Amino acid sequence: MCGIFSVIDRNMTRMDGSSIKAALSSMDERGSGEGAGYVAYGIYPDFPDCYALHIFFDNIVDHKSKVDELLSKWGVIIHQEEIPTYEQPSLKRQHIPWRYFFKPYKDLMVGSLTPEEDIIIKTVMDINSGIDGALVFSSGKNMGVFKAAGWPEDVANFYRIEDYRGYIWLAHNRYPTNTPGWWGGAHPFNLLNWSVVHNGEITSYGTNRQYVESNGYKCTMHTDTEVVAYLFDYLGRRHKLTEELIVKALAPPFWDEIDSMPLSKSELNRAIRLIYGPALMNGPFGIVVAQSDGIVGFTDRIKLRPLVVGDDGTKLYISSEEAAIRRVDPNIGEIYMPKAGEPVIGRVVK
Amino acid sequence: MSLGSVPLRYKVDIDREQCMRCMRCVDNCSYGAFRNEEGKLIVNSRKCTACHRCISMCPRDAISLKDRPVDYRAHPLWTSEAREDIINQSRTGKIVLAGMGNAKDFPSIFDRLVLDACQVTNPSIDPLREPMELKTHIGKKPSRLEFEETVDGDIKVLNEIAPNLELQTPIMIGHMSYGAISLNAQRSIAQAVAKVGTFMGTGEGGLHESIYPYQDNTIVQVASGRFGVDINYLERGAAIEIKIGQGAKPGIGGHLPGEKVCSDISCTRMIPYGSDAISPAPHHDIYSIEDLAQLVRGLKEATEWKKPVFVKVAAVHNVAAIAAGIARSKADAVVIDGFRGGTGAAPKVFRDNVGIPIEAAIASVDKKLNEQGIRNEISIIASGGIRNSADIAKSIALGADAVYIGTAALIAMGCRVCGNCYRGLCPWGIATQREDLVDRLDIDSGAQQVANLINAWTYELSELMGAAGINSIESLRGNRERLRAYMLDEGMLNVLQVKPVGA
Amino acid sequence: MKLDNKIAIDANDIHYTQLNKLIRKAVAEKATDIVIKNVLGQRFIASGLRAEINIDIYGVPGGDLGMFMNGPICNIYGNCEHAPGNTMDYGKIIVHGSTGDASAHSMRGGEMYVRDRIGYRGGIHMKEYDQKKPTLVVGKSADDFLGEYMAGGLILLLGIGQEAPFYGRGIGSGIHGGRIVIRGEIEDKYLGLGVKRLDMDTSLLNEVQSRIKEYCNYFNLDATKLLDENYTVLGPASSRPFAGKYTWE
Repeated sequence: MCGIFSVIDRNMTRMDGSSIKAALSSMDERGSGEGAGYVAYGIYPDFPDCYALHIFFDNIVDHKSKVDELLSKWGVIIHQEEIPTYEQPSLKRQHIPWRYFFKPYKDLMVGSLTPEEDIIIKTVMDINSGIDGALVFSSGKNMGVFKAAGWPEDVANFYRIEDYRGYIWLAHNRYPTNTPGWWGGAHPFNLLNWSVVHNGEITSYGTNRQYVESNGYKCTMHTDTEVVAYLFDYLGRRHKLTEELIVKALAPPFWDEIDSMPLSKSELNRAIRLIYGPALMNGPFGIVVAQSDGIVGFTDRIKLRPLVVGDDGTKLYISSEEAAIRRVDPNIGEIYMPKAGEPVIGRVVK
Repeated sequence: MSLGSVPLRYKVDIDREQCMRCMRCVDNCSYGAFRNEEGKLIVNSRKCTACHRCISMCPRDAISLKDRPVDYRAHPLWTSEAREDIINQSRTGKIVLAGMGNAKDFPSIFDRLVLDACQVTNPSIDPLREPMELKTHIGKKPSRLEFEETVDGDIKVLNEIAPNLELQTPIMIGHMSYGAISLNAQRSIAQAVAKVGTFMGTGEGGLHESIYPYQDNTIVQVASGRFGVDINYLERGAAIEIKIGQGAKPGIGGHLPGEKVCSDISCTRMIPYGSDAISPAPHHDIYSIEDLAQLVRGLKEATEWKKPVFVKVAAVHNVAAIAAGIARSKADAVVIDGFRGGTGAAPKVFRDNVGIPIEAAIASVDKKLNEQGIRNEISIIASGGIRNSADIAKSIALGADAVYIGTAALIAMGCRVCGNCYRGLCPWGIATQREDLVDRLDIDSGAQQVANLINAWTYELSELMGAAGINSIESLRGNRERLRAYMLDEGMLNVLQVKPVGA
Repeated sequence: MKLDNKIAIDANDIHYTQLNKLIRKAVAEKATDIVIKNVLGQRFIASGLRAEINIDIYGVPGGDLGMFMNGPICNIYGNCEHAPGNTMDYGKIIVHGSTGDASAHSMRGGEMYVRDRIGYRGGIHMKEYDQKKPTLVVGKSADDFLGEYMAGGLILLLGIGQEAPFYGRGIGSGIHGGRIVIRGEIEDKYLGLGVKRLDMDTSLLNEVQSRIKEYCNYFNLDATKLLDENYTVLGPASSRPFAGKYTWE
């Protein structure tokens, strides 16, 4: 399903969302007007150490107090407010988007090396699977997801996306089959600082889901893409795999290629396939994953979805179509299509 | 050979007292089960396929046929079929090919559904005297109308309504390509649909010149091999159908073996003589739903938005969501082909094990599209194992707009469902390209028989509708109230959204 | 002698249906040349178009450029997205840049020249019949599955300025007609199932030479060196690649 667009400014210069909106809207043909979304990093400089929890409430009266209560148990709410939105004639408001800036009490999570993150994950999973009428769709630091059911331009105008300035942007235009009109089903999907946009379908979803769920994640979004966020968190944060290695686990080389590699490389790849076999993703996909220090884009092993990269040294773009990149940067220097399963990585220079 | 031979599949017996040694059986059997040795009729039962050609041509009814004349030791799991497939594959190391639709003993859902009739509280209608409308429109419909009153007080519709196909009966004939079937078979079908006012599919075999006179009743197919597809072909059809999959073998491509690619077929498909015509499993320009939407638009753009475009998928687990995705494209109709759908040849493991029944697929697609509020914007065409007018009435009541029939139309031309289509020796002149065999099928009679069948079913449909107090087919569509289920489990009732009998 | 009749179209921010209407209108007005400026992502340009006409396209056309096209010569000054020349019948597509995946998909006639690179599955299921013989010439490189399922025509990959491998795995997988000609030697591991190495016969050599010259002509290159190189010729091991896979029930 869908079209994707992403950009990182390696110098962490922040860009406002207007060009991202223009780029994504130029790929309207790839969507159906039933889901679009944006994520930006670096948008909350006033709360850099807080987890920004973006939540869809069905209404404030019935559901919000339960979330307040749960959050107050596990930490402190530094600030909260309704996310500003602006009515659009062709976008039906189904939820009230709200944001909390939240600091967990890390001493409450014992036996964990990453207690803060584990509290956030637990809280997100508890709210999404346990509190009706509330859905956390963004939970990282100094970043946030903005999404809804609608065309890219309407969703952007609804959140007035040009008011946000980020050094990384991911954007997604959805063509749903399963949960049209459901705001939670729009991309990007996020957990902690991981955000994912995805074009395609993950035919190994049943296997991947078992794997992440047996390791403490709960799939609540009724769609295949959320497992990618959990796989990145699980392999990256808990198993300490680098992005390159995560991509090797998710879209590994074929066995005949592994067999013909030099010994040390073939041993590494063989070990990854054996140990992380349940993380292997099958089916057509073009995916971009963001973290606060960079983005990584990759496709499935036999290149069933398009992905185009534009690079001018400072900015790196990854998109479904070249036209979207040129919409933003008509004279971009280098444009190419990455090889199947090969990660394209853009990191901030610190 | 350590495996030896397996028992006879069929045993042919000649009643020698009745037989007058006219040798018509020898002439008619293309499989070589009979031979004439100096006036003596010799039978080789091992070559028999139970096509019944000899039986139907014998003037004395002297031929009898027995299915599986030799018993194995009875065993509920290790059926004779299971044993024989293993013997076959241990001999050859190959994939087992089989013809026609799913041959496994899955219970038929159609046969567990019963239709309704009026008694007392509402009158039934006599279709012979009262109006009875089976006219069906296949195509995209806008979700609502916008009006404007003109200066003279007329009311004008502002929407531009996309072209729809108008069917006089909700029965169409599905896609069987020239190549899979003979040209005479295709011409019979073309004449028949033109006569009764409905449509036929070309299959992925191009459009032969002799079908051009019937092109206004023809739906041209664009499948993964793109055989015979050029702009002229697209413009000739009344509609264009993108074939993604087929019920008999979901998820795999097809291929017409090179020996069937005669010069005429090579010309119609626009491929080299004698070369395999391979349709890949996917369309290689469709790897995702938005790619499908793009091909739909591409076909419409090429034909200047004048042709309805259908998308045919096999009924698989996720068919409802897939159909919902198709409905969001510019496609005008979704065709769902159930797992009993016929085929010339399919790997047996697919034919018998992959896909879901059409009844469940129709109901779940109809339900999903209703839930999403877009059901009336797209038409649903159901196919795969439709045997009679009751199956059609039930399909429509479960949510279909119209049906495609395939095997039934072939039976109307002589086919006896022997399932050996892939051998290219069809003695009825249907699934063969051998000229002497093809000549056996007379086009005019074939056309008349197919037309008769559609007419007969159309009569029966109107009788069934009349009995149910319905005089327009729209009122049967998706009308589960007029169905009840007999001995289906609760899970299935939920899928079908049908109540049990008595409820 | 036909008189030149050049019509210019500005494609800036117009939808492809509108753009194609303008193209058809220009054809109806007996244009000999159409120049389209500011193309950015519009799909299906010249789709299904039957005309002997020259179309210059500046910018990045969207997917399925020239789909079902029959006749026009399209010069593209920019890259193409996926599947240019999809099921094209006749005409030419000359790309001054690179193209996406499934370039020349199911192309049944005509010619496509790509100056630089093509993506995955280039020339997949190209097929020939009678006088119609599709040709795809690529200057620099192609990704995996080049000429998969190929059923006729010619794919010529020149690898200009590239060191081998300038191609991916699975070349000609399932090929059952046509020829794939690639500059230099190719290791077996890059070949797909059902591919056979063949000798360059005279008629193929002539064809390859004339295609190289035409390619060089379009992109202002000197053909001499390319004409001197050795080429690997690949073709089908059989016109019936799957014949041995099945047994009857």
